[in-house]
Amino acid sequence: MSANHTTHSETSVYVYEAPVRIWHWINALSITILAITGYFIGAPLPTMSGEASDHFLMGYIRFAHFSAAYIVLIGFIFRLYWAFVGNKHAREIFIHNIFKKSYWSELWHEIKWYLFMTKEPKQYDGHNPLAIFVMHWFFVYGIIFMIFTGFALYGEGTGAGSWAHVLFTSWLIPLFGQSMDVHTWHHFGMWFIILFVMIHIYVAVREDIMSRQSIISSMISGWRTLK
Amino acid sequence: MIETFYEVMRRQGISRRSFLKYCSLTAAALGLGPEFAGKIAHAMETKPRIPILWLHGLECTCCSESFIRSAHPLAKDVILSMVSLDYDDTIMAAAGHQAEAIIEETIKKYDGNFILAVEGNAPLNQEGMSCIIAGKPFQQQLQHVADHCKAIISWGSCAAYGCVQAAHPNPTKAVPTHKAITTDKPIIKVPGCPPIAEVMTAVITYILTFERFPELDRQGRPKMFYSQRIHDKCYRRPHFDAGQFVEKFDDEGARKGYCLYKVGCKGPTTYNACSTIRWNEGTSFPIQAGHGCIGCSEDGFWDKGSWYARLTDIHQFGVEGNADQIGGAAAAVVGTGIAAHAAISAVKRAQNKGDSK
Repeated sequence: MSANHTTHSETSVYVYEAPVRIWHWINALSITILAITGYFIGAPLPTMSGEASDHFLMGYIRFAHFSAAYIVLIGFIFRLYWAFVGNKHAREIFIHNIFKKSYWSELWHEIKWYLFMTKEPKQYDGHNPLAIFVMHWFFVYGIIFMIFTGFALYGEGTGAGSWAHVLFTSWLIPLFGQSMDVHTWHHFGMWFIILFVMIHIYVAVREDIMSRQSIISSMISGWRTLK
Repeated sequence: MIETFYEVMRRQGISRRSFLKYCSLTAAALGLGPEFAGKIAHAMETKPRIPILWLHGLECTCCSESFIRSAHPLAKDVILSMVSLDYDDTIMAAAGHQAEAIIEETIKKYDGNFILAVEGNAPLNQEGMSCIIAGKPFQQQLQHVADHCKAIISWGSCAAYGCVQAAHPNPTKAVPTHKAITTDKPIIKVPGCPPIAEVMTAVITYILTFERFPELDRQGRPKMFYSQRIHDKCYRRPHFDAGQFVEKFDDEGARKGYCLYKVGCKGPTTYNACSTIRWNEGTSFPIQAGHGCIGCSEDGFWDKGSWYARLTDIHQFGVEGNADQIGGAAAAVVGTGIAAHAAISAVKRAQNKGDSK
């Protein structure tokens, strides 16, 4: 093992700027809260006994859900802004050149790495092409879908004339047909995000161990160490 | 000279006092200020009755049944005489050729000046043979009358959205009014199975009084009755916020009148006025009677079941289940995949380490 160390040189690159890192962890916490509270809005906890005036359980669960949703929305708007003013890695999940041939060949190389068909993955400072693909098409659009459907449902409660109703509810519910379908799709959206989170955490841990580059610690320190 | 509404009402023995009561109640039901009672009364006294042709397609007559039970004073007299209901095959005296002749007569006399009210809808498959009126497919009658009317009222979920006959798989291809015909006439949707009687009469009163539709939402429903959910005004809402639910229809919660959310109440997704106007002279409404709302005024409500579960059954993916069952299954598959992938990764890594040593 000690021989290995001498054959590889270690380099470090500053990838994730502080705002991106803070956004990442706040977002992760908010999404966790949203998934848990959202699940209990769809399938409430066992009934409370006593007087209705003694409890506000559903009210608090919904309050937590709405608060976390606002944080995700504001965070996402901020993250979009940071894609413009941040470093080049801040843009990776939003725009990538799908017309570049090398993108697809490198994407294929990365898929092969996950199919155990190559021995070593290529190293990237930021996201690898497969990560860009998943972050863009699953996370970014997934979270946009959840923001739109979620605030459309929120606007149902705040009522006609409220900003959420004007911006989302008024056109989204007729688009889906009725309110029930928006609820169902928002619920599916939760599972979609859960699947993303499962894969996201798994590959982050796996890459950390297997690909000679730091992943998890990078999202804390901002520095990517390439071994 | 056509009689005014007021003259007709007086002729039918309705006192002026009752007439004014009706005007103020209708103004209140429409959400108008007190000054509008006078306006309604004035309109009733001066405007000639507008004829209505009330056509029936594939339907169950629940809209008519609801309509004739309109609760505020003297509804059956006031409403039935207020509108000049020239044609309504289920409640008119004439039958057969005589009845059909009235349609042509009205069209000739009031071309472009009468209201078409549609109850039920038209089936399009088998060239419309699933609903024949006077020897012709209903769709043809509907199109013909629509060509000459002033405006169209789609009564009930059938005419507004399709309702049960349009539920999956919809063998007759029953379609709501706006999809059955080609027309540039304005259409107002008054969904519900049936719509609330007072909503129906109020809509007609509004149209007659102001000679225009009330303000509509994007789906074409009058905002004054369909802009809030049952849930928003439900008297059991405090139990929902407290987390007090009926778990089964025979449990303690059901006896105490807790929220019916967990036994499938569709109140949170249903836009209607049941929880404020209620039914049968304001006596009650489904939730008050201990049964959840089934969402009858929503598009495609027959396919958004079960009526006894919060989450909708999904059939679209070739599997039966709700969002949690399908999502949970997907999570299990992905989880298994991750575990398998992790196991192979570990083995490979161990092998590679062995190689490099």
